[in-house]
Amino acid sequence: MAGIVTWQFRHLLAIGTPLLILIAAYLFYFVDQTVATSMCANAWFFAVPLVLGALTGVIGERSGVVNIGIEGQMLTAAFASFFTAAATKSLVAGVAAGILAGVAMGAFLAWTTVTARMDQIIAGVAINIVATGITSFFYKSGAQLPVNMPQWNVPVLSKIPLIGETFFQTGPIALFALLIAPVLHFAMFRTRWGLRTRAIGEYPSAADTAGINVNRMRFVNVVLAGILAGAAGTYLSMEATSSFSRGMTAGRGFLALAIMIFGAWRPLRVVAAALFFGFANALASQLQGVVDIPQQFVTLLPYVLTLAVLAIAAGRVRAPAAEGVPFIKGEGQ
Amino acid sequence: MTQAESRPEAARGRPPSTEERVLELQGLSKSYGAVHANSDITLHIGRGEIVALLGENGAGKSTLVKQIFGLTRPDAGRIVIKGDSTPIKDPKDAIRRGIGMVHQHFQLVPVMTVAENLILGHEPVRGGIRLDLAAARMMVRELSEKHGLAVDPDARIEDLPVGAQQRVEILKALSHRVDLLILDEPTAVLTPQETDELLGVLSELAAAGTAIVFITHKLREVLAVADRVYVLRRGRVVGTVPTDETDAARLATMMVGHDVILRVDKKPSTPGKAVLSVRDLVVRDNRRLTAVDGFSIEVRAGEIVGIAGVEGNGQRELVEAIAGMRSPLSGTVRLGDRDITRFNAADTNAAGVGHIPEDRERHGIVASYSIADNLVLNCFDSEPYSRHWIRNISAIREHAIALRAEFDIRSASIDATAGSLSGGNKQKVVVAREMAARPRLLVAAQPTRGVDIGAIELIHRRIVEARDAGAAVLLVSAELDEVLSLADRVAVIHAGKVVAELPGDLVDRAEIGRLMAGERPGVPPTDHRSDGES
Ligand SMILES: Nc1ncnc2c1ncn2[C@@H]1O[C@H](COP(=O)(O)OP(=O)(O)OP(=O)(O)O)[C@@H](O)[C@H]1O
Ligand SMILES: [Mg+2]
Repeated sequence: MAGIVTWQFRHLLAIGTPLLILIAAYLFYFVDQTVATSMCANAWFFAVPLVLGALTGVIGERSGVVNIGIEGQMLTAAFASFFTAAATKSLVAGVAAGILAGVAMGAFLAWTTVTARMDQIIAGVAINIVATGITSFFYKSGAQLPVNMPQWNVPVLSKIPLIGETFFQTGPIALFALLIAPVLHFAMFRTRWGLRTRAIGEYPSAADTAGINVNRMRFVNVVLAGILAGAAGTYLSMEATSSFSRGMTAGRGFLALAIMIFGAWRPLRVVAAALFFGFANALASQLQGVVDIPQQFVTLLPYVLTLAVLAIAAGRVRAPAAEGVPFIKGEGQ
Repeated sequence: MTQAESRPEAARGRPPSTEERVLELQGLSKSYGAVHANSDITLHIGRGEIVALLGENGAGKSTLVKQIFGLTRPDAGRIVIKGDSTPIKDPKDAIRRGIGMVHQHFQLVPVMTVAENLILGHEPVRGGIRLDLAAARMMVRELSEKHGLAVDPDARIEDLPVGAQQRVEILKALSHRVDLLILDEPTAVLTPQETDELLGVLSELAAAGTAIVFITHKLREVLAVADRVYVLRRGRVVGTVPTDETDAARLATMMVGHDVILRVDKKPSTPGKAVLSVRDLVVRDNRRLTAVDGFSIEVRAGEIVGIAGVEGNGQRELVEAIAGMRSPLSGTVRLGDRDITRFNAADTNAAGVGHIPEDRERHGIVASYSIADNLVLNCFDSEPYSRHWIRNISAIREHAIALRAEFDIRSASIDATAGSLSGGNKQKVVVAREMAARPRLLVAAQPTRGVDIGAIELIHRRIVEARDAGAAVLLVSAELDEVLSLADRVAVIHAGKVVAELPGDLVDRAEIGRLMAGERPGVPPTDHRSDGES
């Protein structure tokens, strides 16, 4: 009985919270159309790389591999995509290079942690260090994108007031982030792949005895998740700014991890969590003109929020039980 | 298929002919470092035959069956499945070739439902992609009805009592076509009623042609259900006998290599002052339902109090509350004149409470630590194991060497990881550690789970010795026999309450059975099944 009550409560929460926020947003929209639109657009703009980064973490940790190298994956991708696009004068080549860079870093993480059973934290730290080193070393100033990334107006949807302007008048990567989250959510909880992924992250020996190749699946998942981190980095340098600067990820990869936890390792909740960060950020920059707060505090906000969120989430959400533990066949059976 | 109804009587007690052989092992050997877990093992099993593997803790039973299921590779020798001797690559290969296995340690994902666990690895899908959970539930219901093992397809594994988890394990093994079913100590966590139920299922499966390898430490079960017994000692087959040509005493002797005494001798107790007093304790379980509901008990120095009850009546939560692993909702737990109700596990331990937990894998050992370190988990920070904040390695090693000898822990060295020990030897490590601290109160939940008969005798003797030395012992066991043979006083628990307290020496089994069921004679205590298989 208690189970049913919590089930209903959870569903009420899942449907009710976004609904409330939506109503609030539209109320605001009718009060001040321009401010509301710009705030929502800003929020999503800020949230896109966080969604993609956090989903990278979700796939990894749900499979049992902790990925603290997302920051480095994103940075490498931002670098590779921007300079490839600049050199080849092709946006497509740039995006491809960015994604490939994310996948390559993912493959490095997979190889060190799954195949070589290295400590996952150390492997992640190594990725971050290597990424900072490489991207700073090969950095050249003066490169430029041939053209800016296209801005699309999705037919019909982009005409919806507020929502259309926020989500559907956007670049390709932001749109990809919007679409991939529900797809991944479905995949995680409603498909064979998802069931197996969750099993190998929770109790790998059970999956092993059921005939699932735990290490192969972990490897593949971590590599595939690299696509998302690659897209996140590409977004930063090509879609959000059209430029690359040293260390431009500025901790977003770690922010993404906080969002992954705040989103309880569930893709749709991750989007909500990222939007929450986005709104907080948009609110702060909006307030800047109104009240007198120094710029530094605004920049600080996401990080302070991260601490607050993690303190709240701690103890309320449960990480996949086997994350961080290499699977060795024949142990625990 | 020809003898669908009854067991092939003619096959009983005689090796089946080669054509019928489902499994044949030829000269199988497997070593872990210096330990020869299996040496030159040769055996065979025919269609519809139930073969029991018997042997002390660490004799190599689990190692043997793990190789058949493709979990580890043999160093030498051949495994022939239905005439096919290609090596078994992995569990997937084993499953494909018609082998099902129930593992000694549960292989279930705790946060998933019964249905999800059952379909893992061979999930039904709709439209090529979407998991078909309705079909999965259906499958659980059909299987559960077919074999008469009741489970709720939507229950989460971690909310289920161990007996129900064991049923899920068995159904999982049977969820695909199985010609050879391997069960590694499936009855270690079952109550006698559940055990009988399982033995019935095994006989039915055998009658339908399934070959069964059954590992257990309980000779009664071997004699009740097996056709033949292979006895293993230190990795070798030391003999095989048809069950109708042997008896418990002879099997025990074959296993251990010398005669064993199957009974505990104990003097009447001379209880002193109250050590543990529990008053009106209310504890909730993981689902926040009231599991312990106004429980009161007193255990005095020099006395063993046994808790008898059907599993899932609050025993687990009671033990966890006393041991400081779970906060009670209300009520008090006192140790002597100290109130320890709100103590955590470490403080409870420091106050002089030893705890042998029900689930040794999760709460008893740290699998990746050495045996020596596991033996000081409860005292690593006190003299002499730690001096001025520095661990005293030689004292730790001496302690380990002494305990290994005293409790007959079978391992290559005290530096091996606890995870590499056999199931029963892990249990001995936990028991040894908790008893070595000479606690004022010992809370022992299933203290002999999975240990061989020689070790049961040893552990029972130690518990009685601890009692005679003045310790108070609270014993919780699913084995009524264990409670009755050890306890000086028996408290029957039902629905989280003490329904009766009886002196241990004049207890009538039938009477206890009725009390355990909630004083309603004639009503089966657990599972409310609509119709049973006949
Ligand atoms: N992964 C491993 N690494 C090292 N040694 C191991 C490993 N697995 C088993 N062993 C050793 O092999 C021997 C046989 O162990 P096994 O688990 O087969 O015993 P068992 O007969 O099943 O005992 P039990 O009745 O206690 O379950 C033991 O000495 C054990 O310590
Ligand atoms: Mg074993």
